[in-house]
Amino acid sequence: MSKQVVIPFGPQHPVLPEPLHLDLVLEDEKVVDAIPTIGYVHRGLEKLVEKREYPQYVYIAERICGICSFIHGMTYCQGIEGIMNLEIPKRADYLRTIWSEYSRMHSHLLWLGLFADAMGFESLFMNAWRLREHILDDLEATTGGRVIQGSCKVGGVRRDISSEKLDEMASGLDSMQGELHDLVNVFLRDSSVRHRLKGTGILSKDDAYLQGAVGPTIRASGHSYDTRKIGYAAYGDLSFEPVVASAGDSYARCEVRAKEMFTSIDIVKQAVKKIPDGPIDMKVTGAPDGEYFARSEQPRGEVIHYIKGNGTKFLARHRVRTPTLANITPLVTILKGCELADVPIIVLSIDPCIGCAER
Amino acid sequence: MIREEQKMQDITPDSLIRSVQAMKDGGKRLVQIGCARIGDIFEINYSFDKDYNFENLKLTIPSGLEVPSVSGIYTCAFVYENEIHDLYGIEITGIAIDFKGTFIRTSIKYPFGVVSSKEEDACQNKL
Amino acid sequence: MGLFSMTKMVFRSVSRKPATLMYPVRPAKSAAAFRGRILIEPLKCIACRKCEKSCPTQAITVDVKVRTWQIDRLRCIICNCCVEDCPTNCLSTENIYTNPMTVREGIEIYTVPPKPERKKETVDNSKTEE
Ligand code: SF4
Ligand code: SF4
Repeated sequence: MSKQVVIPFGPQHPVLPEPLHLDLVLEDEKVVDAIPTIGYVHRGLEKLVEKREYPQYVYIAERICGICSFIHGMTYCQGIEGIMNLEIPKRADYLRTIWSEYSRMHSHLLWLGLFADAMGFESLFMNAWRLREHILDDLEATTGGRVIQGSCKVGGVRRDISSEKLDEMASGLDSMQGELHDLVNVFLRDSSVRHRLKGTGILSKDDAYLQGAVGPTIRASGHSYDTRKIGYAAYGDLSFEPVVASAGDSYARCEVRAKEMFTSIDIVKQAVKKIPDGPIDMKVTGAPDGEYFARSEQPRGEVIHYIKGNGTKFLARHRVRTPTLANITPLVTILKGCELADVPIIVLSIDPCIGCAER
Repeated sequence: MIREEQKMQDITPDSLIRSVQAMKDGGKRLVQIGCARIGDIFEINYSFDKDYNFENLKLTIPSGLEVPSVSGIYTCAFVYENEIHDLYGIEITGIAIDFKGTFIRTSIKYPFGVVSSKEEDACQNKL
Repeated sequence: MGLFSMTKMVFRSVSRKPATLMYPVRPAKSAAAFRGRILIEPLKCIACRKCEKSCPTQAITVDVKVRTWQIDRLRCIICNCCVEDCPTNCLSTENIYTNPMTVREGIEIYTVPPKPERKKETVDNSKTEE
């Protein structure tokens, strides 16, 4: 056995946008063990629930993550609605679905860009982010916020989208699709990208399941697990198939995310066609008393909001299990046995968002 | 909109390992472990999922009691168990990778385990 | 495919205008619905404190006695709650950001008209005063 050395990786690293620290135990160039440490950006957001009334807390829930903000807010609202047994108007459900899918596209484009950057493919990074700008512009025009939308509330949504705007959004996505195809083509077909990604960081099907991987990470390992299939919001009325790949390597995770954007476009178009008219919110009175686990699919995977109310305006407990926290264990598994030079790519391939992992 | 059924089952510290093992034998995936403080009592929720069927085991313990780790059954439990230890100060014995309180570093020790301090001064007066 | 998958994108980019703006020289684009900052028409405010209560970040402080309405621009997250809850519609959202600042400031204080006297003729007087 050759000598072992420990290399600290992160929390500051050129490819990592997030403060994750890994102690990599190396034998020559091979990683034999990795020990993760988080805890650099713990903000104690869950504790704030004791100081803010539950309708106000939506804005804090949204700030758990700066990328999947809308879905956090929505899941929190679904949790409260679950406890209070509220049936929100159908149109609000559809609007939530549309905004969720926009968030997903914006997050995936952001990730594709960062991933290209991690591979050293600068111009691809900029092209991905240019497309993301279209998505952000639509979000801005409909919700009033680019990244933190603030358009969800307990009992519905806060803004309506006019039908002309909805059509315009759908046709905008249509015209974007061509460029998106070209972009995805580079990720999936370019020989240098393939060379860099194929076979790095393989997560086997069983490992993915038993270690609790979620989102694109588990779908890239051959499971078709997608929380949207539960049918929350309007997903129950729309038809879509989770994107699945079987190889379990970084390339497969990239492929799943890239193809998921087309699913999202399709879902938005279906939703625009089917969206019913009607009110967008309902009056909520009283306070939640009880507990509820709300689940939904974020760009990074399944998120759980556990909400416990005690009959007052202040909740007793709000606990969020974000997808990245669940993906840390699979990450440690796939790091074992890889080359040191592949570590940045592999870490990025699970799309880590440590800020939301720690809340 | 479809709302998920919330299946809850109460367990005791003695039956914890047995119930979790039964979940694993049933091919279920560990979704999360989370803790909540209700007065002096801690509730630990172990959530599982299989084919979109969500199930939950609820362990209720008084403060000061040690809880055995389930990371021997599900490795991924170590993340959640370290988190519970660091935020609530509940001793969890035998975690697969035990960070001994350094997983999430906070300036107040066990911030979620203490009763929230009410703000003396309205916070808009602080800069 | 392989090596030249990027070509199409590159040629398209060559013939296109830059995607970015020269920001401080040219103004940033922003949609009409964009939430940039909160404006108040102090004359309409009745100091009812509804906005203060609805504000999730406690950015607004209303002093009923001294008759002032105060906002901390850096606390405000422009969530629009206060605008929705104000009974007299004196608050509104503008689609321009607050200017950046280099020191901790941004607290703006507005004087609101004194409470109209319910009893008799003084109602008119209160309006002339700002
Ligand atoms: S701004 Fe509106 S809500 Fe706030 S105190 Fe004045 S009248 Fe009341
Ligand atoms: S916009 Fe929101 S954060 Fe800002 S002052 Fe109004 S209620 Fe407070």
